[in-house]
Amino acid sequence: MTSPPTGTGAGFMRLHPDGTASRGSRILGAVVLVSVVVFLFLALVASKPDESLDAQGQLVRIMYLHVPSAIACYTAFFVTAAASAMYLWKKTMGWDALAASSAEIGVIFVVITLLTGSIWGHTTWGTWWEWDPRLTSTALMFVMYLGYLALRRAIIDPVSRAKQSAVLGIIAIVNVPIVHFSVDWWRSLHQTATVASLDPKINGLRLLALFVGMIVALMLYVWLMMHRFRLAYAEAALEAKGLDLALAERRAEALADGGAVPASVEHEGVS
Amino acid sequence: MPELAADSMLRDAATVVGKDLRLEWRSRVTLSQILPFALLVLILFAFALDPDRRILEEATPGLFWLAVLFSMLLAIQRAYAVETADGVIDALRLSDLDPAGIFLGKAAGIGLHLLVLEVALFAGVTVLYGATPRGYLLLVATMLLATAGLAAAGSLYGVLAAGLRVRDTLLPILMLPVVAPVLIAGTEAFSAAYAESSGDGWKWCGLLAAFSVLYLAIGIFAFEPLLEES
Repeated sequence: MTSPPTGTGAGFMRLHPDGTASRGSRILGAVVLVSVVVFLFLALVASKPDESLDAQGQLVRIMYLHVPSAIACYTAFFVTAAASAMYLWKKTMGWDALAASSAEIGVIFVVITLLTGSIWGHTTWGTWWEWDPRLTSTALMFVMYLGYLALRRAIIDPVSRAKQSAVLGIIAIVNVPIVHFSVDWWRSLHQTATVASLDPKINGLRLLALFVGMIVALMLYVWLMMHRFRLAYAEAALEAKGLDLALAERRAEALADGGAVPASVEHEGVS
Repeated sequence: MPELAADSMLRDAATVVGKDLRLEWRSRVTLSQILPFALLVLILFAFALDPDRRILEEATPGLFWLAVLFSMLLAIQRAYAVETADGVIDALRLSDLDPAGIFLGKAAGIGLHLLVLEVALFAGVTVLYGATPRGYLLLVATMLLATAGLAAAGSLYGVLAAGLRVRDTLLPILMLPVVAPVLIAGTEAFSAAYAESSGDGWKWCGLLAAFSVLYLAIGIFAFEPLLEES
């Protein structure tokens, strides 16, 4: 088999034989790298610790990572839902690949959100886990999207997988506010002592650090998506190609064995 | 014509739920397997929580709904096991029944099974944990609304997992985070019903009602693509 050296497809859908990188992703990758350095300088060096009344002190720096990853994960899951809806409308594999890639990257950001929230809580509350409404509903959301990814792994047929996970991808985003609301309500009734929540007042350089953090997280999300999407798209193409190859092989075997293709094989299509 | 469509949807739902109840009448899987399991869970809770320290009575609302959720998973698996065995699901797809009607029928079947389980569990917590409710109206309303929500979500997620080789392990992780609001609201409303005053209980019933309506609506629209691919 000789494959064309430049790959197939065009633009964002391009399948490159060497990998998932392209000019655009390389440029964005470089920008992300530089921005991460700027972000770290702002977050860890330039901005002052929080010395206000309910002082977070140095702990405020966790915010610059925690809040942006939370925003990135919500963005990712929203993209999954939107791409799922688009798949149900257009029925093209690209949308399915987009939904799957976004959910996977979203789960990574959820893990970062939960870990940083828990580390923050360990220092502030003295325990690794407090039944804070936001942390609790985020944990449930994490399991919900693990379930989405588990469903994707469980279905072998690509079309069936795309359709079922598209429906789940939409239902999942509907669930997020319900779960959040009920957990919030649940905790507000049981409030024993006023626990500090994860939203300190920030201004000046601290606000800038948080803002840059959000931009970096979203750029990182886009960069990861470019690679993960191209990989998912290439996987889907390989899956389809593998099926065609297997069919061709069976035909060749039949020809070699009997000389003529039996009518049953000739007419047997895979839909 | 919308009126006719709704009529046929309900008629198809009645056909499906009638079939499911006949199946249960003949096989008695819920009565002879899931119901004893639910009661067993109540006994196991006592081992975990030391019955002498009155924790059981205080924790009754939460334990009740936890036992309902565990038995619900079995009930949903059973409800779709009878549809996927021996390629029955193909027959169901070809049957010309309205998919929304099938969804409602399956949900009604699961709901009726759940209600029977809940009545038995209620008798269980009353006898075993010594919990006596004060607001019976709130208690019954909570049971009915929570059951509608669980049945609708269960019918929807059940068909999603049906037919997969990993359905038994996949269903709990898909379903339990989704029905977490029902556990919260059911527990809070029951706590109010067991307490002196019903307090916020009716507010939680409102949440249960909203959950049920939402999942019934999602199911009516989303069941067709799921049934086609299961």
